[in-house]
Formats: sequence, structure tokens, C-alpha cells
Amino acid sequence: MNMMPAAPVWGDMIRPDRVRGALYRDPAIFELELEHIWYKTWVYVGHESEIANPHDFVLKSIGLQPIIMSRGGDGQVHLLLNRCTHRGNQVCPKEKGNSPMHTCPFHAWNFGSDGKLLGYAFPEGYDGLDKSKHGLGRVPRVASYRGFVFGSFAADGPSLEEHLGGAAETIDRLCDNAPEGEIEITAGFLKHRVKANWKFILENETDGYHPAFVHSSIFSVADSAIGGLYGAKSTALTRDYGNGHTELDLRPEFRKRDQMLSWFGTTPDRLPDYVAKMNSAYGEEKARKIMIDGTPHVMIFPNLFIAEIQIFVIQPLGVNDSVQHVTALQFKGAPDLNRRMRQQTMGSVGPAGFLLADDSEMYERTQRGIQAHDTDWVFLGRGGHRERRDADGFIVSHATDEVPSRGIWKHYRSLMERA
Amino acid sequence: MIATLADSDLRHAVEQFLFREARLADEHRYEEWEALWTDDAIYWAPANGDDIDPEKEMSIIYDNRSRIGVRVRQLLSGKRYTQDPRSGLRRIIGNIEVLGREGDDVRVAANALVFESSQRGETVWASRNEYTLRRTGEGFKLARKKVALVNNDRALYTMSFII
Ligand code: FES
Ligand SMILES: [Fe+2]
Repeated sequence: MNMMPAAPVWGDMIRPDRVRGALYRDPAIFELELEHIWYKTWVYVGHESEIANPHDFVLKSIGLQPIIMSRGGDGQVHLLLNRCTHRGNQVCPKEKGNSPMHTCPFHAWNFGSDGKLLGYAFPEGYDGLDKSKHGLGRVPRVASYRGFVFGSFAADGPSLEEHLGGAAETIDRLCDNAPEGEIEITAGFLKHRVKANWKFILENETDGYHPAFVHSSIFSVADSAIGGLYGAKSTALTRDYGNGHTELDLRPEFRKRDQMLSWFGTTPDRLPDYVAKMNSAYGEEKARKIMIDGTPHVMIFPNLFIAEIQIFVIQPLGVNDSVQHVTALQFKGAPDLNRRMRQQTMGSVGPAGFLLADDSEMYERTQRGIQAHDTDWVFLGRGGHRERRDADGFIVSHATDEVPSRGIWKHYRSLMERA
Repeated sequence: MIATLADSDLRHAVEQFLFREARLADEHRYEEWEALWTDDAIYWAPANGDDIDPEKEMSIIYDNRSRIGVRVRQLLSGKRYTQDPRSGLRRIIGNIEVLGREGDDVRVAANALVFESSQRGETVWASRNEYTLRRTGEGFKLARKKVALVNNDRALYTMSFII
């Protein structure tokens, strides 16, 4: 184990084109990340459609902290700490459900779906306990963008819109692919655990260099056009939106093909209902553009990965222990496409997935690899000489370049140094 | 008496088939394992409970016959890194019960305990399995296998071998 100085000198550990392995290995750094990233910045928690009705709830987390995402009787979304204000017991043990009330099993204190303390057992034992001061703790800032609910433990700071910045457009782009302009999360999550640091996952999500190798087995046996997107000749782009958000922009390849639904590996005649609904929702011209471009492949820092047809939520459990929660995206008003998105998601991701079982293997092998210190540099310089700015001023480069990793680490450093 | 004998013959044949299937999976004999399946096969490992609707909710594995073929070809490709090196595997199939028969199909349930050794470490997988075996001219074939892991509602490590 590394001995950490009292305050790490981040500039010694993070350079523009390389970072130290200790950042993935050192438990003391993990503790600092909880404080300065997970318990400060905006973190994705869940989607509003998971708690569609009043009093619906679902258990979530921010960093190591257990959260109840709950919809109050008035329809408002609350992020409540799943910790009884009496003596700290876990208030809600159930993964999800609907209840106007959560009763702590330890001494039967009662909390409403809005977190307010409603009552407690044997009240004569308290000399006038002020209920309004003993409601469940809550994440101080809650904000939602197109149904995606984020929480921040910082009482003030940048707004969610400021945090998302240019990456907000990728969420709009995703929702545009739904005939009714909304996505839903309804199919339940696969939970995939890896013995690896969460940042290996974060960086891999928009790494366009690895698919040609790590996923060559599935590209070679399945009838798939994905492989070509990540070749040396690809016109797809890596992009750094700032604030740690990164994208693999596959649109240049899809526009070259100029085929509707080619992004999904299919053709309009296979999904006639979806295409008809898109045409009537947007008009044929715009619908055609949307269906050529497809959905984004974008990593919203630090934990929401929108991967074309599914979302992944990264949960850190320890310096070398992480979980990826993954489920199929579902488009409101598109049952035929939704079914196929579920089928493809089940095939490709999760513990037995054609893709993710190999990605997870790489996370764990890299975690073992960086136990060897050597110079301790992880080299992230690929494509530095050919980066450029796109029309919006964001850094872009070839699909296989390490623009995303450099962008992530730049933001990481700024968060850690601000501390 | 004859019925009893037939039942015990059936039971023996069922056990022999399940033990063989287990051994082929343990020993990574993918082509022989794939040959056990019928054309309408379903290979299913549900998530978040044992009785979910796989047509609506996520499963860990929900393979039809053609996807079983893809799974096997991927394992045989030589580039399925998560199984290269391969997991060391041995499993026990026990508590076998013949639940019923319908035409040529026999429904069977059993408990399974799989020990996996991989670079990540050692993992024990426990499940309730349900099988539909179909009688054919060449003996039993596997029409359906459901693997209900006892911890399928929790975060699971990579499970890239044949469960
Ligand atoms: S800890 Fe919850 S009521 Fe006592
Ligand atoms: Fe990958």
C-alpha cells in the first residue's frame, strides 16, 4: 500500500497525457474521491419513470450512501437518506415498492414518502419531540433533466444544467429517438460486480481503442456491423464536453451509411410501427435525420453511461470493488423497438454478456496489472497530436484516441484540487 | 409395479443426462454441449427473482437456439478473454425430481452448486434448475434449461462459463 502524504500533490499524479496507477489503487485516494466527487458534484441517481406513481420508491445510492428515491403524495421526487433519524437503522429494506409510509423496524418510527417524520412509538417517553426536526435526511439538491434525476450533496454549486453543459444535448438526442420524446426505465437492472476501481469503468465507456481487440470474439462470430465503427479508418469521433463528460460520436459513420436505423443494425421494414410513429411525431424529414443519427454513446461524469440502447450506472463500493447497474432503454410509444432493445441488451451486457463479460475481465486485469508500480504511469497520450476543436469548441479526435480519458482526468484533477 | 420400474428407468435416464450435461459444461466441451439442445431451445437465467417475465424484464441469460450458438462460437473463437484462461469448474447436480411428463417432454427440477476458480478468485454459484428434456430417436435432448441463481437479485461477478 502507498503511504499518502497528507495532501496529495495532484499535479504529480495527473499530467495531461498520463496518470499514476496509485489513483486506482490507493484506499486513501478512494476516501478523498468520496468526499470531493461523490459527495459534492452532481451524481446520477435514477429515472423518474422508476417511480411513476405517488408513493413509489426505489433504493439507490450516491457513493457509499444508501438513498431512497421516493415520489411524495404530491408527485414531487425526493432523495432521502435510508437511515433512521432515531438511531441510524436502515429504514427501508425493500428494493422497490409503493407505500405512503416507511416504518423503521427497530422502534417503529414512521416516515412519510416525502421523508417527514409522521409519528413514533410510545410518545410519552419524549418530552415534546419536534417532529419537523427529525425527518429523514435528504440530498440537499435534487434536479432532473428529461426524467434523469441527479442529486448533489453540496448545498450550493453549479446547477445541473451548468454541470451537464454541452452534454445535455446528448440526452435530448436520446429522447428524440422516442416517438413521444421520453424514455422509460422499466425492465429492471442487471447488477454486475467487478473487482476493479470505478474509474477503469468510467474511462472504458468511451474508449474507442479497445473494441477492435477486446470484442473481436463477438464481432467475428455475430453478424454485426459494430466492429467497423472502431477501426483505424473510422470517421467516428471521441469528444470531450468538459466537466468530465465524454462521448464516442458515431454519427459520422451512420451519416455516411445514410440508412435509417442502421445505428441499431436494422432496417425500417423490420420496425414499421416505430417508423410510422416517428414520422407522425416529427415529420418525415426530421424523423429520417433522427433515425439515421441514432442514440448517443455518452458518459456523463461520474456515473451515468448512455450506451445507445441501454444505460449503465456506476456504483463504487471500494477502491477495487464496483458495480455496474445496467438495463435496456425503453422509448415511450415504441413497443416493437423496445422489445428488440431488451433482447439485445440481455445478449450483450451483464455478468454473462457477449460484450461486458470481456470488458469486466479487462477492468479486473488492469486492476491486477497496476499493482506493479514501475514508473506507475498509465499512458493516455493517444491522438494528442491530432486533436482539434469541433464547431461548438469541444475537443474531438479520432474514434480510437484517448480524448475521453484526458478529459475525465482534467476534470477529476480540478475537483480534487478545488477541495 | 411396471409403472414403478418405468419410473425408475426414466429417473435413471434423466440423471444420466443431467450429469452428462454438467460434465460437458464443467469441461468446456462446448460443441458437445451445444449438440444437446433442441431447435426450439431456451437457455434462461433470470435476474431479480425466479419468476420474472423474460419477455419484459432483464435476465442474466435469455438465449434462444441461435443465441446459444453465438455463445458457443464466441467461446470457441479463441478471443473470449473472460474464458482465456478458462475457469476451473466442478458442479454437483442434486435433489433431482421428475416433475411431470407431457408427450415426449419430461420436466425435471434439481439443485445445482458450481465451484468456479478463476484469476479473479473462487466463486460458488448456487441455483435451482428446471429442465425440459425431450425424448428423441437419439435419446434425450435439452429443450429448456432455467437456472435460478439464489442471489440473482444481487450484484454478481462475471459469469462467462456455461452455468
Ligand atoms: S432506529 Fe429507527 S426507530 Fe429506532
Ligand atoms: Fe467494451
